[in-house]
Amino acid sequence: MSTPTQEAVGRTATMSDAMVEAVAHEMRADEEVFYMGEDVADYGGIFDSTTGLLDEFGRDRVMDVPISETAYLGAAVGAAQAGMRPIAELMFVDFFGVAMDQIYNQMAKNTYMSGGSFSVPMVLTTAVGGTYNDAAQHSQTLYGTFAHLPGMKVVVPSTAYDAKGLMHNAIRDDDPVVYMFHKRLMGIGWMPAPDGPKTPVPEEDYTIPFGKADVKRQGDDVTVVTLGLHVHRALDAAETLADEGVDAEVIDLRTLKPLDRETVLESVRKTGRLVVVDEDYQSYGLTGEIISSVAEADLDALEAVERVAVPDVPIPYSRPMEDAVIPGAEDVAEAVRSVGK
Amino acid sequence: MYEDMVTARLYEERLQDEYMEGKRPGFDISAGDIPGELHLAAGQEAAAVGVCYHLRDDDTVTAPHRPHHVAIAKGVDLKRMTAEIFGRETGLCHGKGGHMHLFDPDVNFACSGIIAEGCPPALGAAMAAKKRNTDSVAVAYLGEGAIDQGGFLESLNMASVHDLPVVFVVEDNDWAISMPKDRVTRPDDGSKRADGFDMRGVRVDSDDARAIYEAGGEAVARARDGNGPTVLEVQVHRRMGHFMGDPETYRPEEDQQRAADRDSIERLAADMREFGIDEAELEEIRDRAAERVDEAVTWAKQQPLPEPEAAHDHVFTNPPSGVTDEEPEFPGSGAAAGGDD
Repeated sequence: MSTPTQEAVGRTATMSDAMVEAVAHEMRADEEVFYMGEDVADYGGIFDSTTGLLDEFGRDRVMDVPISETAYLGAAVGAAQAGMRPIAELMFVDFFGVAMDQIYNQMAKNTYMSGGSFSVPMVLTTAVGGTYNDAAQHSQTLYGTFAHLPGMKVVVPSTAYDAKGLMHNAIRDDDPVVYMFHKRLMGIGWMPAPDGPKTPVPEEDYTIPFGKADVKRQGDDVTVVTLGLHVHRALDAAETLADEGVDAEVIDLRTLKPLDRETVLESVRKTGRLVVVDEDYQSYGLTGEIISSVAEADLDALEAVERVAVPDVPIPYSRPMEDAVIPGAEDVAEAVRSVGK
Repeated sequence: MYEDMVTARLYEERLQDEYMEGKRPGFDISAGDIPGELHLAAGQEAAAVGVCYHLRDDDTVTAPHRPHHVAIAKGVDLKRMTAEIFGRETGLCHGKGGHMHLFDPDVNFACSGIIAEGCPPALGAAMAAKKRNTDSVAVAYLGEGAIDQGGFLESLNMASVHDLPVVFVVEDNDWAISMPKDRVTRPDDGSKRADGFDMRGVRVDSDDARAIYEAGGEAVARARDGNGPTVLEVQVHRRMGHFMGDPETYRPEEDQQRAADRDSIERLAADMREFGIDEAELEEIRDRAAERVDEAVTWAKQQPLPEPEAAHDHVFTNPPSGVTDEEPEFPGSGAAAGGDD
């Protein structure tokens, strides 16, 4: 199958529309695909993740469920093991705790513990991210938590084009995929998105393979590695830096598991300087993982390193404090300046 | 009781207006003076006062994400609660918690924004009371959508096995966001959940504050006298959407009308008139409540926002060395004092 490129299409879509398009396509193509979650039918998903699906597919295939994450996420595991291809939505990633056994002891491990005799071809979709002052139980990204535990593939799109291709791939994948979409990128009416995530999106289906990072901006002076919302903040920072004569390369990881260490390493070999930006907590997280990967592979390539992440505090409610802990474009620019040119 | 109900209603109506300040045109959740989501409880006041009127300051209440009416009935400091909702430094939680996460140790009030997750802590408070041989009780508030959640069901079992002084108050407003109860929950009478755990279950099938007061009194007295836990389900009505900005397209108009028709405050006022309380007296109560609300909101809006650096305080009560002295990388500001304030 040839993959149409973004440049070749005229039509643009929001990230939520692109995701829904992929889901609808897969549901049309395969009777075994169904979607369940809280408020996904009549409401169309609190974050527009299922808009219009109920009208086309009806309640049997777009299922509102009780507020019983353990039951319905576990049911998705069971349906997947029975050969269906469920997509189950956890409304906010912050709610994972009430169902974590089903997620990390069942969904993630059953393939391994059955010696490969079972597979779990399900997608767990979940909303992540802060920037709208909803406090510590509704604002986390938790990328690192899911990428840390073995057995799940972890996807974090930053644009509509990527969101669609990654969703096609997620549904077709025979393993459990955690698809983490940032609320701020979805293009929801009540939560304005930056311009970046709304991109050209081909009408036909296409897949974006897991484990292939995307260089969203080419540059020679410093490598900025990030994902999700912070791709756009890093690109904004790169524009500012360009005016100052600093040419930053921005790498969007797109998937955390598998992780494209090669693209990062290649870029650092070119630039010598590495800044990793993450909306997750700093300690024991993505930033450390990326930096240690590069250091292990080629310590000599590294001339300077900085990381920009949420300091180890829960996300505060009040705006001045939330703004302070979630990295902004200026924080990224500052980190790039500090690694020199 | 009437005064607290009116206070709660006026408070919610005032917050509704305040919340929309700065969010128009085109609803933007991250703009305006009140950050984050806002879940209002107008229509549910009878459930709050009917039970909380039997409680003392040393009794514990845990509330869910829709907490204001319960907080008011429990005697939470209205000014500091309002300052918290506005994200101010002098708020109950110094701007860390916000409207879903109000904590007031003076009256033993706590919240969780995660469905049903206030039940286990209420169990613990009841356990502490029992171990210390005091006669204080614990009350967990939850919505009818939460009774399908594991945290609730596990709490019922433990409460019953240990004969704990706890009352689970299920506020049945018929809606779990967009999900009507009859599509996701069996049986229709949630108090029957108690049957399976050999504990007492009672349902009050109207928003009648007096009937709830009676049933609440009985349940609290049973707990206080060492006669064990109760599930008390009360029928209430949600006059507003699940959260501010909820388009409510899932909700038939007759349901909104039904909520308006069965208003518990008007019902109680009618009862009071029948008992010979004249209109002037009711008016006086309403004026007093309005003044209290206005005072709280006016005071709260004059309070300062927290310093960004305050985001680092309160991660630990007893900060480990290294956290207090060495500040981690903190985007957007210089080093900040860590630890407790």
